[in-house]
Amino acid sequence: MDLTIAILVTVVGASTPILIAALGELVVERSGVLNLGVEGMMLLGAIAGFVVQFHTGNHYLALICGAGAGMAASLIFGFLTLSLSANQTATGLALTIFGTGFSALAGASYSARPVSLMSPIFPELAAHPVLRVLFGYSFPAYFAIFMVFAIWFFLKKTRAGLILRAVGENDLSAHSIGYSVVKVRYFAVMFGGAMAGIAGACFPLTLTPQWAEGMTAGRGWIAVALVVFASWRPFRLLGGAYLFGLVMTMELYAKAGGGPLSAIPSELWAALPYIATIVVLVLISLRRDASTNAPACLGKPFMPSN
Amino acid sequence: MPNRLELTGITKQFPGVLANDHVSFAVKPGEIHALLGENGAGKSTLVKMIYGIMQPDAGEIRWNGEPVVVANPKAARKLGIGMVFQHFSLFEALTVLENIALGMDAKIPSRELESRIRAVMETYGLALDPHRTVATLSVGERQRIEIVRALLLDPQLLIMDEPTSVLTPQEVEQLFTVLRTLAAEGCSILYISHKLHEIKALCDTATILRGGKLVDTCDPKQETSRSMAEKMIGTGLKDIVKAEGGAFGPPKLVVNRLSTIKTGHFDVAVDDVSFTVRAGEILGVAGVAGNGQNALLDALSGELIGDDREAITIDGFGIGMMNTTQRRKQGLCAVPEERNGHAAVGDFSLSDNSVLTARDRLGMVVLGLINSGAAKTYTGKVIADFAVKALGPASTAGSLSGGNLQKYIMGREILQKPSVLVVSQPTWGVDAGAAAAIHQALVDLAAAGSAIVVISQDLDELRALCDTLAVINMGRLSATRPVKDFSVEEIGLLMGGVHGSMETA
Repeated sequence: MDLTIAILVTVVGASTPILIAALGELVVERSGVLNLGVEGMMLLGAIAGFVVQFHTGNHYLALICGAGAGMAASLIFGFLTLSLSANQTATGLALTIFGTGFSALAGASYSARPVSLMSPIFPELAAHPVLRVLFGYSFPAYFAIFMVFAIWFFLKKTRAGLILRAVGENDLSAHSIGYSVVKVRYFAVMFGGAMAGIAGACFPLTLTPQWAEGMTAGRGWIAVALVVFASWRPFRLLGGAYLFGLVMTMELYAKAGGGPLSAIPSELWAALPYIATIVVLVLISLRRDASTNAPACLGKPFMPSN
Repeated sequence: MPNRLELTGITKQFPGVLANDHVSFAVKPGEIHALLGENGAGKSTLVKMIYGIMQPDAGEIRWNGEPVVVANPKAARKLGIGMVFQHFSLFEALTVLENIALGMDAKIPSRELESRIRAVMETYGLALDPHRTVATLSVGERQRIEIVRALLLDPQLLIMDEPTSVLTPQEVEQLFTVLRTLAAEGCSILYISHKLHEIKALCDTATILRGGKLVDTCDPKQETSRSMAEKMIGTGLKDIVKAEGGAFGPPKLVVNRLSTIKTGHFDVAVDDVSFTVRAGEILGVAGVAGNGQNALLDALSGELIGDDREAITIDGFGIGMMNTTQRRKQGLCAVPEERNGHAAVGDFSLSDNSVLTARDRLGMVVLGLINSGAAKTYTGKVIADFAVKALGPASTAGSLSGGNLQKYIMGREILQKPSVLVVSQPTWGVDAGAAAAIHQALVDLAAAGSAIVVISQDLDELRALCDTLAVINMGRLSATRPVKDFSVEEIGLLMGGVHGSMETA
């Protein structure tokens, strides 16, 4: 029982940054833009959040600055792909390489300097042996779940969300009706950048209280895959993120020699999220009907004819 | 009562072209007014000025008697002018309701919008589920979305730009019913088309444009299709010149018990089809869209490869298991219905498009290398012989208008002198002058000894062009008989699936 509770608590912690980053990318992709720079923006958010926390001690200020760093990076991406119509795939990969390098440079003098982790929102309930499954987390975990609902509502129920989907579905038609495709996509890309920055800042603020080079460890890529896994739907993203978090936590317990889990080699546990991603992508591509739900203009630069 | 819309001396100059030259006509309230003309006659330009997309250089537009300036489409909608475009601007993954909401100028709560949509659909008998996703709808249903969108604004004038070019005959009939109801309620309709029999059936008045000038305003019910066509193209319409009494040669294309497998959810497969086309013969395949025409074309062209070598033979040689390239080498060329994306690659130059289908027959590829000189020469010949309006062999296929691209594609295949040619909808969306040229080229090819299969939904075309006729219905083909032996009623019944004694004929 105690082990189950401990595992569940770890799962939520591990899933939260993936979920936040993937939610941002979901909105970006729904507007028709493929930003593969999530990993890079997360690292920039992580170093910005760490540095601010280290010097001010304010966790919330650190999260906001992480969001700002991610958003600034996404603006570079937006300028290149939206204003200059550069190739989105190449630009996104470049952003990831840039984010990895720049965060390593900026964080060089901060390695092995500890900061404090964010404390749970409900300190009394967090100490309870069972209720901590629900109430034992710090702010980002609740923020992530709130954003699932908020983004679902935005996309499904608001006019702005409808316009965003329309732009991702058929940019030329949206343009001819009179909506500004580039403006809508800028907002989406900036939102995605801010979410990736927050997700990155979660690593030093909620998981490992220090800065380490490349500390997001490929979670940005899992977030990108999750969006496809979830067929661009927020609630499936929630389930998917927790599922991936569970598999990743299993790996930790398997390594630590935790009973039955060790029956499977930990390397296999470590590979599972990636294997699952590939299997899901194959399954989705086999279903060649509208239910795959991919935005029709995903990744295509917007080029009005005149 | 003042005229709903009155144009006086409307003139529009483009660099190098006078698109509209002092055009004046009037549309009365409740009138269905046809705007008729060949491609490039200035119909679209004129309509764009009425709808506020362009501004006239000179002339006056009066709306219900008052002179107006239509600054933009929003101003036009405010006046009460609605327009249904030929190419829809719809979002496939969104629902009908969401699509309509996106196109409304005012922000209306979705529940209120839905009840208004349902009211409009009820009034005009436009069946459509507002919560269906557009991707699951047929072309006719998609057009209904555009019509509903226009009707929600209570227009006093509805402009329809070639609305029937993509519809099945049944859908055309439904559309006409809606338009007649609208007109009876006092809404004027400006109906752009070059399908003359539709205009005779629907319209009260026709204004004919040629080269930007107004040629005539007439009552289409008093005119014949032929007289209107001649006004459109300016000269007497050329009849198809056929050598009379020419006997056909030996059987060239023999199809024996050909069947295909259903490939997709909406496809109709070909079921046990047999027919023979002799040298010099043009066989027409009539039928309502979606009765297996696509499968028949694919099975003949080699896009669908069968499992019986002898199901299709040319001069007795079985080609049933060959692919398209091998069949082309054997002398069978084909033109599918969809010209941009299927018959031609839009982003490729015309020259490269020629290489794609003519490389083997005309030796455009030597040792794996493209002989671009030969491709260019051949493409230049196609452009010249078929009067294709293109800058040259280097212009991309996508830059051509639909009619010109069709002329190029037909020319590209016909000049290869195939011994068997299979074409689907050879003159779809092509104006009368160009259609006559394509028809003549097909007749000439047959006269030179080729066997030709024409799949078309246009009965007038088939009756004018073909020697023999068969009707396809639900994937099954009726017996082949000389065109003269068919009455229109009989063809209509066969298209509807009443085979009767024909089965055994």
